[in-house]
Amino acid sequence: MLALRAMSRITREDVERTAELARLSLSDDEVEAMTHDLGRILDHVDQLQALDTAGIEPTAHAIPLATPMRADQASAGIDPELALANAPLREASAFVVPKVIDGEES
Amino acid sequence: MESLEAQRAALEASEISSVELVTEALARSEDSGKGLGAVIGLRAEAALAEAAESDARRRGGDSRSPLEGTPVLLKDNMVMQGEPTTCASRILEPFVSPYDGAAAERLQAAGAIILGRANMDEFAMGATTENSIFGPAHNPWDPARTCGGSSGGSAAAVAAGITGFALGSDTGGSIRQPASFCGVVGMKPTYGRVSRWGLVAFASSLDQIGPFTHTAREAAWVLEAIGGHDPRDSTSLPEALPSLESALTGDVAGLTIGLPKEYFVDDGADPAVISAVRQGVDTLERAGAKVVEVTLPHTPYVVSTYYLVATAEASSNLARYDGARYGRRAEGVEDLDAMYRRSRSEGFGAEVKRRILLGTYVLSAGYFDAYYRKAQQVRTLVRGDFEQAFERCDVIAGPTYPEVAFPIGAKLDDPVSLYLGDIYTVSANLAGLPGISLPCGEIDGLPVGMQLLGRALDEATLLRVADAFQRLTDHHERRPPRA
Repeated sequence: MLALRAMSRITREDVERTAELARLSLSDDEVEAMTHDLGRILDHVDQLQALDTAGIEPTAHAIPLATPMRADQASAGIDPELALANAPLREASAFVVPKVIDGEES
Repeated sequence: MESLEAQRAALEASEISSVELVTEALARSEDSGKGLGAVIGLRAEAALAEAAESDARRRGGDSRSPLEGTPVLLKDNMVMQGEPTTCASRILEPFVSPYDGAAAERLQAAGAIILGRANMDEFAMGATTENSIFGPAHNPWDPARTCGGSSGGSAAAVAAGITGFALGSDTGGSIRQPASFCGVVGMKPTYGRVSRWGLVAFASSLDQIGPFTHTAREAAWVLEAIGGHDPRDSTSLPEALPSLESALTGDVAGLTIGLPKEYFVDDGADPAVISAVRQGVDTLERAGAKVVEVTLPHTPYVVSTYYLVATAEASSNLARYDGARYGRRAEGVEDLDAMYRRSRSEGFGAEVKRRILLGTYVLSAGYFDAYYRKAQQVRTLVRGDFEQAFERCDVIAGPTYPEVAFPIGAKLDDPVSLYLGDIYTVSANLAGLPGISLPCGEIDGLPVGMQLLGRALDEATLLRVADAFQRLTDHHERRPPRA
């Protein structure tokens, strides 16, 4: 369990890497605070490592349900105007976002 | 005229109209509702028009349900077409829903009048309704104290008599804990009982919508209105909802109540809370219920398990807030990556960021098995605990929360201690079971909640026991002092 214990000592670099994955930009103060908070939380949840769970099936959903199937029939979707009504920026029937591909136009 | 039952009776006796009820509720919302920080948005004009339609239906002998004409508030994470849904988050501040969620749809189909939106912790992450861009909601019993969370606005509104009932959502106790703090009934149905269509997702395998009321009977009416299968939610239970009100016989003879020994240990809850709950159980025992000790051996692990599962699911669910299609986009972003980063960093509050980071971390390469998979395995063990306990009893009783409502701000800087308070509530979400919190006493003028947990799909027995308790006691009739 030693290796697992060591894992909980989350570093500033771990927090920065995780923030990168989550597409969050953190200030230095935020990185500091999150490193402290996540460290404390992980220290606590490390208690689970003491439980022997060998051979125990993981639970993803408490109430087992099969994936329901529906008839393969076309049905009306949401009206495009309604779907676009919340767009921060739109053009015709499209959501406008900043340019993705460099090159062609300026 | 504040409880749902009183409103229904007055409407049926033609002593008041729905328009009058809604007018009064709107006035209370503007006054004490906003004063307490419980109400964050009203649809006054639409509500009054719908109330007039309800009055016309009633005059025509066409009442739709016990909820006909009665005002209700929705936690601000349930969408309704043409209305804002903010989740108390900056990132959703500009959002107006293009469709009706199932909860709003079914309440309206039952004739209820949706008055507006109730305050909450941002994205339902929190236990105090302090993580809200609208500021905290206050406890009507003592405004210096928290009303609990995350559905705190809904609980405070019902406790303060603003509406007779309200809806909340419960991912780890977010209905039951504020109900306990505010001295009202709060129920989390079986996972899948109420459609999540139009409920903004926090942790999809744990989230469930449920009612706040003063009595178990009223909760039965609301659940009958909002529950049942919905093909638009693939986790919606196919089983039909049984008649719940007819289960309220007032009789608990022959039922067995299990007391988990792990819930009544010396270093657990506040001894005064334990004592109030114990007296509640004694009341049921005197009424003919049998009381046995049961064991839920994995109780010390449930909070850890819950926070790993819930944050992992949340980090995935909240990835959709990218500033592209709806919600707030940061100003002046020059490329796509900056749009994602800045919209998210400016749009989410500290607790939401903390949970997204924790969830992302435990799902990331190298940690998945040690944290996330491990938690899912312990979730299986927790389910097993309940399966074994329910072989010996019909209902499990204990405290809803280890203490009564604490002062606003008291735990703001200590997330771990706040998380640990969820020890009695998160298990029902991990195991998918129904749970209800009902007032069972007071400590220094603050309400104490007793939690009852039932077998999956057996809301009927849970409500039967809660109703029987309320027939024998008057805790549910106490109201907070007028501000």
